[in-house]
Amino acid sequence: MVSDKVLLEVKHLQKSFGDKTIFKDLSLTVRQGEVIVLVGPSGCGKSTFLRCLNGLEDYEHGEVFLDGKAIPGEQKSWYQVRQKIGMVFQSYDLFPHMTVLDNILLGPLKVQKRTKEEVLQQAQNLLERVGLWDRRNDYPSQLSGGQKQRIAIVRALCMNPEIMLFDEVTASLDPEMVREVLDVMLELAKAGMTMIIVTHEMNFAKAVADRVIFLDDGGIVEENTAEQFFTTPKTERAKKFLDIFNFKE
Amino acid sequence: MDSALVIFEGANLTRLLGGLLVSLRIAFLAVLFSLVGGVLFGILMNSKNTVVKVLCRVFLESVRIIPQLVWLFIFYFEMTKVFHIHIDAEVASIIVFSLWGTAEMGDLVRGAISSLPQHQRESGFALGLTKIQLYHYVILPQAVRRLLPPAINLVTRMIKTTSLVVLIGVIEVLKIGQQVIEISIFSAPNAAFWVYGFIFFLYFIVCWPVSLMAKWLENYWASKGV
Repeated sequence: MVSDKVLLEVKHLQKSFGDKTIFKDLSLTVRQGEVIVLVGPSGCGKSTFLRCLNGLEDYEHGEVFLDGKAIPGEQKSWYQVRQKIGMVFQSYDLFPHMTVLDNILLGPLKVQKRTKEEVLQQAQNLLERVGLWDRRNDYPSQLSGGQKQRIAIVRALCMNPEIMLFDEVTASLDPEMVREVLDVMLELAKAGMTMIIVTHEMNFAKAVADRVIFLDDGGIVEENTAEQFFTTPKTERAKKFLDIFNFKE
Repeated sequence: MDSALVIFEGANLTRLLGGLLVSLRIAFLAVLFSLVGGVLFGILMNSKNTVVKVLCRVFLESVRIIPQLVWLFIFYFEMTKVFHIHIDAEVASIIVFSLWGTAEMGDLVRGAISSLPQHQRESGFALGLTKIQLYHYVILPQAVRRLLPPAINLVTRMIKTTSLVVLIGVIEVLKIGQQVIEISIFSAPNAAFWVYGFIFFLYFIVCWPVSLMAKWLENYWASKGV
């Protein structure tokens, strides 16, 4: 599924909050159709890194290229770029005053100025795929966490993004709802969507990732295939990190 | 009991209602300007720019600290003295009440906006919304719902406070009430009780529907799960 075409390229990204450096000199190349999972201890900058990729955070140094074109750092240019970069957050971020359908239609209609007919058709296809078309007229407060998160994914997909960013999307879900969200993401991966995923679900990471990137102390400690990372990690730090998730008698 | 009939004697009732109309005209225009101005001022108050923030704060606090009555005197009497501009008393009232309403409303809008979770803003941006679109479709509709109870409180306060304009010579409902009482001081010595009671009733039937509408809207939104 992974093509040779480079979709997103990050070069020497540096970010700090005040005196605290979150990461420096972070570089990453993402090819079309590739699924990258970012793992690492809390506070290692995974989420901040994702947020830099669609302009929700400023960064001090470095460059981000999408489709070979550099994204100028100013806020203005991000409005354009964000249409091509979908993002789903940890908190259920649906707009509570809009129905499911209005949530999904907002971006395509108001930002992309597409016709309602066309967007509605697409929204229906996507909602049917996640099994929530019959909830289209509900308000977010009437939905479960898992349902909200699936809708949030649909909302991002309806913009026809080239790449999707997932920021710990299952972290605040009840355990029994995690699966339904992960299944949607797995299906997306199979369909060839380019994705960068931050997650603590290691089994899911193993199943979905083409490449795993282990971040710690503001840098990439290890970059490996999913299979090798979880069975025979190259670095000591990655081993230690993975041990946390293994209960041993 | 005869004193109660004073209200209906001659042109008294029409005059009282005419006075109410003056009060309402001032209140309505001031509320209208305050709603528009307050939203803009509230957005401005949420600005990250320090200079803008400080200027907003100065405006808000000076409007708050100085009593409305003093503002009325400043705009009606002092403007004429210092700048030789004569402002009609009713216009001066509308200006003062609009400034007051804008400041108070702005502070309410600021509070309502900043009480919204940050991720509402971010998920709007993530969809590619511009700042204006974000406010239009995401922030303001949600802020309005949080704003409603305190804003209605402010509106009714503004309606009631218009009675101050008597003191710069606007003939509104309270002033006409006083005139009616004075004229009939010998024929109906207890008129004051009934006239003021009637004025109380007039204020009530103006403010009550506003509160009812607010309650209805709140229930309506609650049924939508917001």
